[in-house]
Amino acid sequence: MNSSLTAKTGMKDTIPTLAGYIGVGLAFGVVAKAAGLSVFVIILMSVVTYSGAAQFVIVSMLLAGSTFFAILTSVFLLSTRMFLMGMTVAPFLNQESMTRNIILGSLLTDETFALSMNKLNYTNRTLSFPWLNAANLLAYSTWIVASGFGGALGSLIPNPSQFGMDFAFLAMFIGLLYLQVAADRTISLTLQLIMILIVLGLVYVGLILIPSNLLLIIVTLIGCGMGVALKHAFF
Amino acid sequence: MPSFNFLLLVILGCGAVTLLTRVIPFIILKKINLPLGVVQFLSFVPIVIMATLWFEGLFIQHLGHLPTINWLNVAASVPTVISAVISKNLLVIVIVGMISLALLRVLLS
Repeated sequence: MNSSLTAKTGMKDTIPTLAGYIGVGLAFGVVAKAAGLSVFVIILMSVVTYSGAAQFVIVSMLLAGSTFFAILTSVFLLSTRMFLMGMTVAPFLNQESMTRNIILGSLLTDETFALSMNKLNYTNRTLSFPWLNAANLLAYSTWIVASGFGGALGSLIPNPSQFGMDFAFLAMFIGLLYLQVAADRTISLTLQLIMILIVLGLVYVGLILIPSNLLLIIVTLIGCGMGVALKHAFF
Repeated sequence: MPSFNFLLLVILGCGAVTLLTRVIPFIILKKINLPLGVVQFLSFVPIVIMATLWFEGLFIQHLGHLPTINWLNVAASVPTVISAVISKNLLVIVIVGMISLALLRVLLS
């Protein structure tokens, strides 16, 4: 990554995330097809709902015969994290117009958010519409095509996890976390390492007590609160 | 599987939910500046969310009981972290991660 914030750089910076979109998108298509969704519905869901985690939840809840409002509630709880991510990234796009902010917000994902946070460390803490928009659009189109392919080919294609593709997103977050800790000096290194250990503890305890669709948002809220408290008390 | 109309309703409803949760922060923050306390709180979001997304993948949840460890993902994380330290290149990290998991699957099957 470098300081360039053009659309072309946006595409280039997004390339490492694409294996994740392809792997998880294919897997979603295969699972949704097996559950009885048509290719058209699969693509429509990827275009309109556009959320990997939520789409898997929707398919499993449809199979379980859940009601409309139960599905909607689950998806909402799962999406609350986007609210926090949006709040974190939006201040860096304040100089762009309202329309551009809405366009960027509507296609933000966990992955393009994490990329943006990393990019800030190379750009003197600025972002641009062309950069993030290119990253968002490339991620969006890859997701749609991959899930469509997964649905169309169904069980004909080999299981993507055979090639370790299901690990691509996890590897990406490991990489982004490392690069973040190595480059971000807005929070001291010691505090960042302490925070990672705290999060490990919170996730472990959270897994016992909190349903998976609420886990991320609750751990994030508690973790950030503890971070602020620690920073005030010791740093 | 439910009727096409029900599927359409679910897709559009969930689409509205994901769109609104994504767009509202951008609309609000275009209009107002956040107080310093909130900014400080949000400064921890990246590291906490990235760590959570990783650690979630290292366990298998059994709600109400202790989670079990997903040893395959833990083992594949080791070369992935090492490749991060050495290469500092996201594409290399992702490829090393994928190959590590694929190799582990082959070795253990």
